[in-house]
Amino acid sequence: MLELKDIYFKRDNKNILNGINLNIEEDSFVAITGPNGSGKSTLAKIIMGIEKPDSGQVVLDGIDITAKSINERAKMGIAFAFQQPVKFKGITVYDMIRLSSQKEITKKDACDILSMVGLCAKEYVDREINNSLSGGELKRIEIASVVARQSRLTVFDEPEAGIDLWSFQDLIKVFEKMRENIKGATVIISHQERILNIADEIILVKDGKIENSEKSDLIKSLAQNTFKCCKLQGGAENE
Amino acid sequence: MNDIDKGLLKQVADIDGELEGAYNIRKDGKGIERKVTENVNIVSKSDVSGIDIFVKENTKFEIVHIPVIITESGLKDVVYNDFYIGKNANVVIVAGCGIHNDHHKDSQHDGIHRFFLEEGAKVKYIEKHYGEGNGTGKRILNPVTEVTLQKGATLEMETVQIRGVDSTIRTTRGNLGEDTNLVISEKIMTDGQQYAETIFEVNLNGNNSSTHVTSRSVATGDSKQKFVSKVYGNTKCFGHVECDAIIKEHGKVISVPEITANDMEANLIHEAAIGKIAGEQIIKLMTLGLSEKEAEEEIIQGFLK
Repeated sequence: MLELKDIYFKRDNKNILNGINLNIEEDSFVAITGPNGSGKSTLAKIIMGIEKPDSGQVVLDGIDITAKSINERAKMGIAFAFQQPVKFKGITVYDMIRLSSQKEITKKDACDILSMVGLCAKEYVDREINNSLSGGELKRIEIASVVARQSRLTVFDEPEAGIDLWSFQDLIKVFEKMRENIKGATVIISHQERILNIADEIILVKDGKIENSEKSDLIKSLAQNTFKCCKLQGGAENE
Repeated sequence: MNDIDKGLLKQVADIDGELEGAYNIRKDGKGIERKVTENVNIVSKSDVSGIDIFVKENTKFEIVHIPVIITESGLKDVVYNDFYIGKNANVVIVAGCGIHNDHHKDSQHDGIHRFFLEEGAKVKYIEKHYGEGNGTGKRILNPVTEVTLQKGATLEMETVQIRGVDSTIRTTRGNLGEDTNLVISEKIMTDGQQYAETIFEVNLNGNNSSTHVTSRSVATGDSKQKFVSKVYGNTKCFGHVECDAIIKEHGKVISVPEITANDMEANLIHEAAIGKIAGEQIIKLMTLGLSEKEAEEEIIQGFLK
């Protein structure tokens, strides 16, 4: 359904994306992974139209949408969950879910959506999306509001960023559930093994390019890295 | 009352049909309708134009409406309203002024409201200001609110200038006794060539007195706003002033904080933020399908909600 053709993106004399070619199939669950600074978030923003490529094409259902604005793409069925949720003064959690759902919803509907991401809904629904909420709470609200859109293609930019590992264990269940009841395609930028595990396809981005790798190799290498990291930390403690 | 009067009353005091509780409706400098209740008495002043409102002690819960409407171009109306709230009474007072001016002469209303709350009294005071009409005559509103709180009394003031007011200087003063609390929440929107100035002056005189002043404003077009807040902590007390403003087009906002601690136990905070709508906020709402203009409107509407 979505095709990225030969995408190049350069900023401040740095090549961020160097000829990305990618196909996202209908109803697929795709994880994009890779080292920090490899261009993953830029790629996600290019899909949503937040960034425009220097060259190349973004094609949705055979239509070239490269020149289309963010809101045009949203109306065509693309949704985007920000890595760092945006804060507002005065806009409440309910407002955000209502705007995101694109229809009139009751507070109870909003509560049901919030419960899905493990928030005790009544406490949150009337709160402003501002600094009084923790990073984890903001992230859950962001994910809940994007899921509420039920879009044809949803892009999550590092849903684990800003959430402690314990809380993320719960959040992974949301994605696992989404995976089971999939309607439309999901693209998740993530380093989390459990997310990669449930993906139909894992795409490794390195230095602004897609590298060909087998899913099992990638998960293995990620697990080894995590293991090494834990071992190192443990070793340091013992010393 | 004609349709214009009814429309103004709906805007400033949400009056639509029969009113419950005590009320006094003032039009073009004269009281036109009044009702008193067992607990709330309204009496015209004899020396100056205005009314005295007496709320009996221990009044459980009542709503009092005292809206003012002006439809006569060129009228300058000054009114003095004093509220005497008895011990432990609990009331909601809905004031507000709407001006309809279709002509070239300026119309002005200066409402001077004084609140005297006895021990343990509780008041919620809602005030809306609004202007409309196609005339070149200015719509001017200069409200003055003075609040005196005796031990344990609280007053919560919500003041909103919806739109259409060309010039306003809004002065609010508070003198707070022991264990009292004054909460003020102000929302202002200006556009075109409009000017709005707000002056808050709160004296925290009693032990454990506290105040929280929040001002949220939007200045668009070529409009200008000035926000002056002075809080004096004269004893063990807490004061928090928060001024947030969004500027659009050529709007200008000045925030002048002044917090004075005259006692070692005074705890005073002033926060001010002025700026245009953050680009990321617009982008976020655009990802939900709103156009840039719709996103801006939604952000402003939420901000002033």
